[in-house]
Amino acid sequence: MANLKAIRIRITSVKSTRQITSAMKMVSAAKLRKAQDKIVRLRPYAKKLHEILVGLSQSLSDSNVENIYARQSAPEKILVVVITSNRGLCGAFNSNVIKEARRVITDKYYEQYKKGNLKILPIGKKGYDYFRKLNMSMLPERNELLNNLTYDNVSLAAENIMNMFTSKEYDRIELVYNQFKNAAVQNLTNEMFLPVSAETDQTVKATPVDYIYEPGKEEIVTELIPKSLKIHFYQAILDSFVAEHGARMTAMHKATDNATTMIRELTLQYNKARQSTITNQILEVVSGAEALKG
Amino acid sequence: MKIEIITPDIKIFDGEVKSVRVPGKKGSFQVLKDHAPIISTLESGPVIMVSLEGVEKIYEISGGVIEVKANKIILLADSVK
Repeated sequence: MANLKAIRIRITSVKSTRQITSAMKMVSAAKLRKAQDKIVRLRPYAKKLHEILVGLSQSLSDSNVENIYARQSAPEKILVVVITSNRGLCGAFNSNVIKEARRVITDKYYEQYKKGNLKILPIGKKGYDYFRKLNMSMLPERNELLNNLTYDNVSLAAENIMNMFTSKEYDRIELVYNQFKNAAVQNLTNEMFLPVSAETDQTVKATPVDYIYEPGKEEIVTELIPKSLKIHFYQAILDSFVAEHGARMTAMHKATDNATTMIRELTLQYNKARQSTITNQILEVVSGAEALKG
Repeated sequence: MKIEIITPDIKIFDGEVKSVRVPGKKGSFQVLKDHAPIISTLESGPVIMVSLEGVEKIYEISGGVIEVKANKIILLADSVK
């Protein structure tokens, strides 16, 4: 009898868990769509800016535009920007990023890390918590960026980081984040944010049109490079944000499926137990009656 | 003349206009039909568009870049108020 009750309690508890996970799945699906829309809306802007910049750079290739964002120097001081999420329950999403960040630190920049010249800028509470536990030297976290993800907020943060590079506070700035591929798959990405490599993109053909440039080619290029960097940064955070919701959706979908299987198994067990108690009770009654007959 | 005003967050405007005045880095200038191809960076200021019916429409932008080519204008604004 106690067994019956225990199974019943378990079924109820699994059922309520399933309710929660399926609700979370739906919430993530809605958020995923919204975030994907953002990426789609960003795309034309990013594409056009890239086109203009590449077209300009190609026509400028002979003259030397001074680009403060391309300063190549010995990598002594490193900043690693680790983009995770603020919330958990999204499968291996965060641990993958953290693992990759650790790999970058211990493989690529071990010497700098030993000397204490490596800092981490966490965006996302999960990464922040992890690195804080390890007592790594960090810049103040920027978790709030993920709560209200707009270009204005992100561009301020990006500007901040770019200033650290131009003022020679850091020689290299790396990004580690999840790139969104589809709802179930994230591409773990580690790329160098600064210094930038020269814009040589063969896919965009040099614009044959003779433009008037105002105020001048050089000025435009120097103004557009920081813009495109900010867009790059924004794109990375957006990508990670979309990937987070995709990962959570998949994780919650799996959890819901598992709960359903579990409920089915438990119900079967419950019914079996119930049947056997009834059989037992009947047996008892019958044998009791038999005994009375004598 | 077709114009698109895009910010990183949203597409603000997409449609036909008669003329548009933008706050260029070297001073405000107007783009009419058959304007020569131009790429210019923009300061913060108003973008004044006149629609085909002659109605004015003003957007306040905080800097950006404009490309005019073959009666097609693309204005990349940093943000629009």
